[in-house]
Amino acid sequence: MAAAHEVQHHTSTGVDNRKLLMWVFLASECLFFGTLISTYLIFKGESLVPPRPEDVLDIPLTSASTFVLLMSSLTMVLAVYGAQHGRIGMMKGMLLCTVLLGLGFLGFQVYEFMHFVHEGLSLSTNQFGASFYVLTGFHGFHVGIGVLYLTSLLIGSMRRHGLGRDRDLWVDTAGLYWHFVDIVWIVIFTIIYLMPH
Amino acid sequence: MATAVGTVGQATQPSKIWSWMTTVDHKKIASLYGITGFTFFLIGGIEALLVRTQLAVPQGNVIDADLYNQLFSTHALTMIFLAIMPLGASFFNYFIPLHIGARDVAFPRLNMLGYWMYLSGGLLLTLSFFFGGAPDGGWFGYAPLSTETYSPGRNMDFYTVSLLILGTSSLIASLNFIVTIINMRAPGMTMMRLPVYMWMTLVVSFLLVLSLPVVTVGMIQLYFDRNFGTNFFLPAEGGDPLLWQHIFWIFGHPEVYVLILPSMGIVSEVIPVMSRKPLFGYAAIVFAGAAIGVLGFGVWSHHMFTTGLGTVPQVVFSASTMAIGIPTGIKIFNWLGTMYGGNIRFNTAMYFAVGFIALFTIGGISGVMHASPAVDTQHQDTYFVVAHIHYVLFGGAIMGIFSGIYFWFPKMTGRFLGESLGKLSFWVIFVGMNATFFPMHFLGISGMPRRIYTYEEGMGWDTWNMVATIGSYILAFGVLLFVINFFKSMRQPQTAGDNPWNAPTLEWATSSPPPEHNFDVVPEVHDRDPLWYNRDHGIELPARPEHLHIHMPPPSYYPMILAGGVLLIGLGLLAHLGVAVAGALVVIYSVWGWALEPTD
Repeated sequence: MAAAHEVQHHTSTGVDNRKLLMWVFLASECLFFGTLISTYLIFKGESLVPPRPEDVLDIPLTSASTFVLLMSSLTMVLAVYGAQHGRIGMMKGMLLCTVLLGLGFLGFQVYEFMHFVHEGLSLSTNQFGASFYVLTGFHGFHVGIGVLYLTSLLIGSMRRHGLGRDRDLWVDTAGLYWHFVDIVWIVIFTIIYLMPH
Repeated sequence: MATAVGTVGQATQPSKIWSWMTTVDHKKIASLYGITGFTFFLIGGIEALLVRTQLAVPQGNVIDADLYNQLFSTHALTMIFLAIMPLGASFFNYFIPLHIGARDVAFPRLNMLGYWMYLSGGLLLTLSFFFGGAPDGGWFGYAPLSTETYSPGRNMDFYTVSLLILGTSSLIASLNFIVTIINMRAPGMTMMRLPVYMWMTLVVSFLLVLSLPVVTVGMIQLYFDRNFGTNFFLPAEGGDPLLWQHIFWIFGHPEVYVLILPSMGIVSEVIPVMSRKPLFGYAAIVFAGAAIGVLGFGVWSHHMFTTGLGTVPQVVFSASTMAIGIPTGIKIFNWLGTMYGGNIRFNTAMYFAVGFIALFTIGGISGVMHASPAVDTQHQDTYFVVAHIHYVLFGGAIMGIFSGIYFWFPKMTGRFLGESLGKLSFWVIFVGMNATFFPMHFLGISGMPRRIYTYEEGMGWDTWNMVATIGSYILAFGVLLFVINFFKSMRQPQTAGDNPWNAPTLEWATSSPPPEHNFDVVPEVHDRDPLWYNRDHGIELPARPEHLHIHMPPPSYYPMILAGGVLLIGLGLLAHLGVAVAGALVVIYSVWGWALEPTD
């Protein structure tokens, strides 16, 4: 989404247009997840039929997947560091690690969804099923978009000219998105799994 | 051989239509938004005329109940999402770069993507009449009426899918506008030197960025309820219909300000110029606009006073609704204060601006009446509320847009719109508008409910309904006069000159119509009214340099392809998920092409 514009390198605020765009977009995303989380909280304890959260949730398993996602933020930070300090090998390696950890998180989520369906919880079973699947599903969707985003940067960095002169900006902006998706998961994990039912 | 080379050479010359389809010039995109938006305005008007024709007499039988439901719902959706918002976006597009002294918006291709997605969503919504029925549950789509149980057809699926596409389009445009206004101002153009119109644009864009995601979730949930078996809004299965109302109105009320603030910005530009004095109370009007934006997020439950929220929420939302009347009142005093003592030029732009103030004030007063839960309970779902919203949206938003069209037409085309036909059309619209909507106050007070497709004789509603219907035809005639004026004026020579109104803002410092790069030299700004400051201090605009080395972004067809992919996803959600997967692949392909496309 390059801004094809001569002014892009000296903006009124000093922040690059693309980075500012990402910040404002993330503000919008806060409201998106805020609404989904509110829906979950409103329907908490309102399910007419089981299974209820305490029947299916497996905290140790999801703690492991949460750890995987948290580590992906660490590797993302290192990728940004590599991009900013011209350590291209480190940037590529850490981008690859982030992508793999992201895929690992998605694997956990697919397993968890299949397990829950096996336990008899579907979208239409009860309010817990509907609000849980839609909230965590859309979070997983965001992780998936992030994986595509970072994979694209990784492939781009393998080209002859790499990511070009805006390399650090590209990776930094992708990092903003990735950390945001990670932070949202911390909130979701706390509210769904850790808060007493 | 030479012939063959010549043919190839000609083939690489883009045709006129293709150059419009791939343009990234904000002024051309603004024209596309404007023409499309006005076309949808006419379509929405025809829908309204059919509704009024049906209601002209008791027991009318022009259209049946089912079509009536589709028409009044689509009328609202068309006017809000396909006419007023895009007409606002048209002016935003044209004047953001010109007002702040930039050569284009921050993301020219995203700008075009917003237009293509708007067109896709608009066509999907409008063509739904021919593919299984248009949305028929009102623009608010109250659940559970809009769920599959009570609305089994495809109607409300068209509603959710097209609003998802239109919402994404508005989000993309708003993000772009915010970045442009914050980041691309000319030297010396501080935030408190921005034209008021830019401030209102900024507030509107933030309102959309923060409210659209909420209704996006609502649309997704409704879509899931209807297609994937969830029960978010079905009370029998543990769902909560009030959740839909909260989600919808947390978006829906800021949306009302999204519709009116652009027109407030337009008249804040027109009135000082036509009164030949600076705007009275610039800071007050800017902060009032920002206050409306903030308070606009805290008043949504006044749409739900009759749902039994309980005393405390009623008191809180009653108080916040009254509070939002204060910044609105400040603005009205600022406009009056600007005109007071001014040497006023009463031309058509000013007619519409003053008409805006008068009619919007009526709509504002009837609006603040509904801050009282007791009064609101009486008026809920009656024609009184229909009268109120039309005074705000037609008397306010549309009058402001007309004022802007007359004011900026010389800048956009180099031609003036005809004044005598313009004033005639103003009076016809003004009379027609009041004849249509003022009687609805009486109808509402005497108990006529909204959204009924017919009514019995002898309810005391016959006369005023007939008056309103006659008024609506007068109104339509007034709009027709404007269309005639437009085509007539387009045949006139370009005599406007750079600054025909002697206005102070930067768009008047360049030629009419402006060149593709807007300014030969980006102007330096010393004051809130830069051109008046320059005139009073004898500052000449820098001369045009001999050789211009201005790089403008090349055209791109990726926005069109990406929007096509989004449309495929939308169609897939309505027909078969396989189509949606194909659409997603198109989107991924075009995002890649987009990112790799050379722009330097």
